[in-house]
Amino acid sequence: MTTPDTAGSTTPAPEAAAPTAVQATNVEKVFSTSSGQVHALSDVSLTVAPGEFVSLIGPSGCGKSTLMRLIADLEAPTGGQLSVFGKSPDRARRDQDYGIAFQKAGLLPWRTVADNVGLPLQLHKSSTADRKARVAELLEMVGLADFADRHPDQLSGGMQQRVAIARSLAEKPRLLLMDEPFGALDEMTRERMQTELLRICAETSATVVFVTHSIPEAVYLSDRVVVMSPRPGRIAEVIDMKLQSTDERTDELREDTSYFDMITAVRESLHGRSGQGGTQGSGRTSTGHGVENR
Amino acid sequence: MGKQLTDSPVVGPGTLSARRLTTGRVLAPVLVGVLGLLLWQLLVGVFGISSYLLPAPTAIFAEANRAFEHIWSAALITGWNSLAGLVAGTLLGVFFAALAAASKSANAMVNPLVAALAVIPIVALAPILNTMFGSTQFPRQAIAALASFVPVFVSTLRGLRQTNPELRDLMHTYAATPIQIFFTITLPTAVPYVFTGVRLASSLAVISALVAEYFGGPRGGLGGIISTAAASSQYPRAWAYVLASIVLGLMFYLTTLLLEWLANRSRRAAAG
Repeated sequence: MTTPDTAGSTTPAPEAAAPTAVQATNVEKVFSTSSGQVHALSDVSLTVAPGEFVSLIGPSGCGKSTLMRLIADLEAPTGGQLSVFGKSPDRARRDQDYGIAFQKAGLLPWRTVADNVGLPLQLHKSSTADRKARVAELLEMVGLADFADRHPDQLSGGMQQRVAIARSLAEKPRLLLMDEPFGALDEMTRERMQTELLRICAETSATVVFVTHSIPEAVYLSDRVVVMSPRPGRIAEVIDMKLQSTDERTDELREDTSYFDMITAVRESLHGRSGQGGTQGSGRTSTGHGVENR
Repeated sequence: MGKQLTDSPVVGPGTLSARRLTTGRVLAPVLVGVLGLLLWQLLVGVFGISSYLLPAPTAIFAEANRAFEHIWSAALITGWNSLAGLVAGTLLGVFFAALAAASKSANAMVNPLVAALAVIPIVALAPILNTMFGSTQFPRQAIAALASFVPVFVSTLRGLRQTNPELRDLMHTYAATPIQIFFTITLPTAVPYVFTGVRLASSLAVISALVAEYFGGPRGGLGGIISTAAASSQYPRAWAYVLASIVLGLMFYLTTLLLEWLANRSRRAAAG
């Protein structure tokens, strides 16, 4: 299922020839709860190009996680069209086109680190030898080669999160979906993990859709930052980060003026001051809450 | 990467204080038990309570020692009945719990039946089964199985419903089949709960198999001999077999406690 790039689309795909990684067109999501209907997403259109790092940022309840869950086929949209590599999200999930990491590491506590990383390979019946080789490679990549035989409860939170990231990369996915994967980590670990993630992305040239509520995190990691506003969840603005390319970014960027400029741009957009696109008057009072400015 | 990546792993609690704790936990009840026995012996000796009412502990131990071989073979019979019942009850409990967890309609069918089973008194069922199956050990095993079934079912069903929703999401993103989901996350999550159920069932199985012997059927088990000995006023003998029953029940309990501990060992904390 392919959808044409409609006028409502926020940005055109940079590479017209390549198929888009994620294409959302006027996507709606309404949850029916016992206390009535909740409009989680309203008229969301977004195109993510292959190899691009896109962050979704916004206050709690802006639907950023919901949008990611729609892409992952963990929820179905109630309106509009959504395609992943030109396929339906269901097809893309069955084809294992994406890897995913959640805010909680979500490791199986009764399995060793190696067996956790190898879980998707085991489920998809890859041979034991292939699996062993790939798991060793992944653990090396996330710096946990010495911890292969440990159980998750013997690791710190940051190490557990690295195991989850290694697991999400196990099948060399073209698309990586990450829902606040560093949300529960302390600031030091978090910055280290961000640098680490950029390195891994440069190595694997995967497309990343990254959900966060931290402005510096979004700015540091992304090619584009999608600012969302709540009730109903919608895209307020898409901001291009004119920073270095992924593999050139280092910790020095965190002290660069361009970095602070971009943080300011995203913050102002979140507070509804830049007045572009879909930013609503009502968003002005409510958007700032729940977003970290640190 | 390299050095800066290796966070220190979480260190376990000190083994020394743990050992001291265990020693205390074992010593305290043993001390209370020994004091109780001394007091008992003293009461019987000083106040001259007749062995008809309450035999002295020394008389009971002497009898237990003298009739050890008989007690051993009686304990084997009752122990075997309890074990057969416990295993059968556990298998049935796990099977029906898996059924109830798998479908809502199965749950609606099975749950009232289990509630009914839970309130059946063993004493009500034992004479009937004894008459139905005559001189076999089957009624005792069936009653032990019935008694074991309920706690295993309840605990296992609870365990099968504890699956972490994030792991469910994860398995969905892997396009895992229902069978894969069951064996990869649902069952491993439930295993500690199964063993908790088995531990609770273990003493029930022994008690039920033993009490069922009071209501007829072949003699030879601990319960049968206790009732015969008591009926013919051989009190030290009756008490010696009661002592053996306590030991048998304890062995069942401790074995299942060990199994439960082993099952829990590798999953002390759920992944964060």
